[in-house]
Amino acid sequence: MTIERLSGAHLLTKALAELEVEYIFGYPGGSVLDIYDAIFQQDKVSHILVRHEQAATHMADGYTRATGKCGVVLATSGPGNTNCITGIATAYMDSIPMVVLAGQVASSLIGGDAFQETDIVGCSRPIVKHSFNCRDVNDIPNVLAKAFYLAETGRPGPVVVELPKDILNPDIKVPFVLNKDVKIRSYNPNVKGHSKQIKKAVEKIVNAKKLVVYTGGGIILANAAEQLTALVERLNAPCTNTLMGLGGISGLHDNFIGMLGMHGTAEANKAMANADIILALGARFDDRVTNKVEKFCPNATIIHVDIDPTSISKTVSAHIPIVGLVDVVMAQINKELDDVGYQSSADTFKDWWQDINQWRKLNSFSYETKEDLIKPQQVVEAVYKHTNGDAYVCSDVGQHQMFAAQYYPFKNPRQWINSGGLGTMGFGFPAAMGVKLAFPDSHVVCITGDGSIQMNIQEMSTCLQYDIPVVIVSLNNRSLGMVRQWQDMIYGGRHSSSYMESLPDFVKLAEAYGHVGMQVNHPDELDDAIKEAFAIKNRLVFVDVLVDENEHVYPMQVRFGAVDDMWLKKGEKV
Amino acid sequence: MRRIISILLENEPGALSRIVGLFSQRAFNIESLCVAETDEPSLSRITISTFGDDKILEQITKQVNKLVDVIKVADLTERPHIEREIVLVKVLAMNNKTRTEVMRISDIFRGDIVDVGKQIYTVQLTGDEDKISSFISILSNETEIIEVVRSGTVGIARGEKALRA
Repeated sequence: MTIERLSGAHLLTKALAELEVEYIFGYPGGSVLDIYDAIFQQDKVSHILVRHEQAATHMADGYTRATGKCGVVLATSGPGNTNCITGIATAYMDSIPMVVLAGQVASSLIGGDAFQETDIVGCSRPIVKHSFNCRDVNDIPNVLAKAFYLAETGRPGPVVVELPKDILNPDIKVPFVLNKDVKIRSYNPNVKGHSKQIKKAVEKIVNAKKLVVYTGGGIILANAAEQLTALVERLNAPCTNTLMGLGGISGLHDNFIGMLGMHGTAEANKAMANADIILALGARFDDRVTNKVEKFCPNATIIHVDIDPTSISKTVSAHIPIVGLVDVVMAQINKELDDVGYQSSADTFKDWWQDINQWRKLNSFSYETKEDLIKPQQVVEAVYKHTNGDAYVCSDVGQHQMFAAQYYPFKNPRQWINSGGLGTMGFGFPAAMGVKLAFPDSHVVCITGDGSIQMNIQEMSTCLQYDIPVVIVSLNNRSLGMVRQWQDMIYGGRHSSSYMESLPDFVKLAEAYGHVGMQVNHPDELDDAIKEAFAIKNRLVFVDVLVDENEHVYPMQVRFGAVDDMWLKKGEKV
Repeated sequence: MRRIISILLENEPGALSRIVGLFSQRAFNIESLCVAETDEPSLSRITISTFGDDKILEQITKQVNKLVDVIKVADLTERPHIEREIVLVKVLAMNNKTRTEVMRISDIFRGDIVDVGKQIYTVQLTGDEDKISSFISILSNETEIIEVVRSGTVGIARGEKALRA
């Protein structure tokens, strides 16, 4: 048998195919033309040509968040790579696996300020899980296998692979050797929780009077939503999700008490503040959750389960730290509950649920409607109604993001896709495109605003090229709403640079790109317009909804306060 | 509190920059840093002298450990250990009195004069950080110091305990 000899570029495409990659999101340029030539000559891996490399990273990211499969980005050296930085950082902050194939000038030119040369490995170092400078053509397949392995295991994250042009040379052919069984001696993430810690945790849980299960993106990443729901039901405990953890338990579940944190429900934040035991699963006590750390849940014993030891006791000190995969640790907790003969009944946490139901009566998501002005909350509710709550909802960053998180209860994990950690405006639309590619028959909506959508609006061109009919619903308030809200609340109403006084005609813009544009500006038209938008299956629809520009997102934690110090409405604190 | 962190890591291009980058990115302090290959050429050993409270030290060791290239991390200061630094000090030695005094002080500290010029002496001294700091301070009372080169601290645990892959 003769061993097949391939050039570096062909080794790359063959390895990607063997690693079951469906799509590469990218943009060509000088240093990666050999790879593009190799892509052209095969049909296993499809390439999606974006209009800006940042969008390629977000598309790969959205694809990954919806499917669980690692997304792949390809960019040329220099500006192609630096344009990826925001998308890499976005994936890094939310622990999303991603492999970025970064072209580089030829090895002999590296360090000499060659045309389109940047040190992408150096530029991206603080925002990657790991990176590789691939220097030998023979290494390409195995470096890729390692990159995927690192990106997807442990706490997932982006991995950059730098590929200098000379190792892709079509004239240099070497045997294809790919070892999929990757082992790295310096990398052994913990899987199981320490059994003594599990025992301690269960002892606390069993004796809890006011237990809260607080879960984050870790549950989604670990595909552990069913397990979480079963555990919450077994304990009959209240469960709250972070912004990243929404869908970890159904938003319609009786035990779900809503999102917590800066714009969370009163009942979730009150429950946290009054809990005696907090079981944190795959969440990281982010500052948008805790508010002032020193005032955070002073009376609670905190059990913190996380795959990443650095997340534990980074901000809030954990009393019982457990390092391990959240699904594995939940199974261990269940086993230990069996071993101690734990049985919950309808009376479990009876008094605790009474407290919570009182807080629920605060009805913290209530809002006032107006006869002639559309409220942004109404738009999200209309989207929920006309998608039966089954859509993939991708959001950008700002007020609309919070409204989407609050008013669209997510029944399933991976249904809610947003840049929670980095807060990247311009994320939502390309992310929605990545989701739609993976699930062409599902409703995929990008809930955005007039600020965010303009940060990657050029991708409407990509949607036409590849027939990606997402629905864009823009809550257009003619201003940068969240900035404006803070300026109203903290800066004496001085709206410094938060106006968008020269907005384009979004309807015409959508039409110019070859899509369907719609504008709605009256509450009476809203329902029909949203219904119509989702009825159009085969074309991209851009719905420009003119909403009340003075609306604020509530509830909102009072700055520097405890977790449950909140504004419920303008001028109304609890 | 001052701590000495020992790191065993892959001797790969870029591995050191990941460590240094991590310290600056997370606003950890580096007082000194030493790095070299070990007896096993595929491994490097880094010794970092740093300071911070227990919470910061916990984060430092966890964050360093999380880097993919890192095999093992230890806080040497937690246990009995040996630490050493080497210093080369170039001083002005213009007349007999100064030369005698420099030699005397060096002898007391068990240093060696390793280079002699028309008007200079260069002294080499090994010891822990305190010893080296007081040596430099005493020398500076007797003569003008032209140049000080400190290696930074290296350290190793006492007894059987060892940091190996």
